[in-house]
Amino acid sequence: MAEEEQTPGAEKPREAARPVKREATDASGHPWVRSIRAAMPDAVVSAKEFAGEVTVVVARESIARVARHLKDAEDFKYCVDVTAVDWKTREPRFELVYHLYSFSKNDRIRVKCGAADGEEVPSIAGVYLAANWCERETYDMFGIRFSGHPDLRRILTWDGFNGYPLRKDFPLEGIDTGAAIYPEEWPEGGGPPKNDPNRRFVP
Amino acid sequence: MSDEPISQAEKDEAVYFAERAKAQGAASPGAAPEAPAAHTLFDVQEMELNFGPQHPSTHGVLRLVLKVDGEKILEVKPDVGYLHRGTEKLFETETYPMGIPHTDRLDYIAAATNNHAFCLAVEKLLGVEIPRRAQLIRVILDELQRISSHLVWLGTSGIDLGAVTPFWYAFREREQILDFFEEYCGARLTLHCMRIGGLPFDLTPGWTDRVSEFISDLPARIDDYEQLLTDNRIWKRRTVGVGVISGEECIEWGLTGPVLRASGVEWDLRRAKPYECYEELDFVVPTRQGGDTYDRYIVRVQEMRQSARIVRQCLDRLEPGEIRGKVPRVIKPVAEEVYASIEAPKGELGFYCVSNGTNKPYRMHVRPPSFINLQALPRLAKGHLVSDLVALIGTIDIVLGEVDR
Repeated sequence: MAEEEQTPGAEKPREAARPVKREATDASGHPWVRSIRAAMPDAVVSAKEFAGEVTVVVARESIARVARHLKDAEDFKYCVDVTAVDWKTREPRFELVYHLYSFSKNDRIRVKCGAADGEEVPSIAGVYLAANWCERETYDMFGIRFSGHPDLRRILTWDGFNGYPLRKDFPLEGIDTGAAIYPEEWPEGGGPPKNDPNRRFVP
Repeated sequence: MSDEPISQAEKDEAVYFAERAKAQGAASPGAAPEAPAAHTLFDVQEMELNFGPQHPSTHGVLRLVLKVDGEKILEVKPDVGYLHRGTEKLFETETYPMGIPHTDRLDYIAAATNNHAFCLAVEKLLGVEIPRRAQLIRVILDELQRISSHLVWLGTSGIDLGAVTPFWYAFREREQILDFFEEYCGARLTLHCMRIGGLPFDLTPGWTDRVSEFISDLPARIDDYEQLLTDNRIWKRRTVGVGVISGEECIEWGLTGPVLRASGVEWDLRRAKPYECYEELDFVVPTRQGGDTYDRYIVRVQEMRQSARIVRQCLDRLEPGEIRGKVPRVIKPVAEEVYASIEAPKGELGFYCVSNGTNKPYRMHVRPPSFINLQALPRLAKGHLVSDLVALIGTIDIVLGEVDR
């Protein structure tokens, strides 16, 4: 595909073009969403379904209780993944994404909650042991703190690393890590200068 | 380790050593009858031991900080990240097709399955149908990759425990699989052998015959490895009862793949959530009940046999046809999010893809099986000896490229 993009129009376009655009549908009536709403009336913010995947957005404060409810009442025993998305300009800035799987239903649910910069999110490491490292990684990459986490340290970068690499305002070529090797070319402390045209950011 | 002697020969051995010790004691009556235990001698109870990151049995750059009492492990603290390359950040800066080569560098001994998972996520977002021939070839590549990944595991974890011979046999077969990949796509490790919507190339003439011949030979070759290990007394003493974990605990820790199946949970994404053409294929999901290192070995060996069966069935079904689905020239999915996962050799490998409607993913997150499985190492290793830790690192089958991304 990459080669084709570089030479647009070089050959005849393929027939039967784009796949049908699909849109997310509202999933407020889904049994799992209703179950959460019945247990915690204020928790659910919205729910949608896209490509057969149910996504529930819940309030930040209630995420650990929602996880506990889904695990105990709805049999979502396996925490697949925890991660985050940096929406840069949106309010709140970050979106926490949890994937849970149920063996009896053979299906996944995606639970999301928002978090502004500096806000703490209740940890679900007490509910799922598997979430421990995932939350550490999310903290390391986005700087989102989890309250009640047993061991919230950086995991992929080193202790003392300054910055959160997966934030959109983290420059692509890295930042000052305290290793100034060529002080005459680079500003004190290392890293590319602020006005460097090569200093790029992720769109 | 199990304390029960396994056979009569072992009982004899124990008697022999006991008698020899008695004889030596009689020969030198002046010797102290019992040396005081080391920790009382030096007044040290516990000590910290740094294991890795440069250590042959960590299979890469894994550092473990151990708290030990003599040889006994009290605590393990894994320290990962030495191989962190910011792959997820790189995905965000490049178009969807340009992301595929980066996935080769995650689990670098099973690149085809990584390519596959990445493509599946984007295809799910686009809603593309994959032509049947492409599906079959993808499954063949996946299963060959699974065999080669398990062969690397078999060889290296055997060496970790002192069984040097299986390594040479395992790598002999792996070499052939790498040759197949080389013939198909030109690369041996970093394959880049799948594209969004299908495959980059059709098969070369004669490729299916050569794979077919290899697959016919494979069960006999697997018998050879099993002859070296399965009933081997030393292998059993090093693996039976080491790192036992129950099925419920596996689920709690998020363990997937052969580790989960060796603990009695019959769960395989190829069966649970079939992708491509797995639904119509006839294969068994091997499980064991013990949940120890030996059972995980048996499960992986059985999986290789099943993979061979799957490849055979796919080869029989291959018919000429399209290898690429109807994919737009510039891939700009709708602004949505999907999660797609496959059964990689090491467990559930998932990609969570967020699109904002442009030609680059807004966020691409990898759910790596090695990273999540490694998390349970402290639980597995607690109370074992340092030498068993080597067996345990081998048995969860980690690749640090995937752990650190």
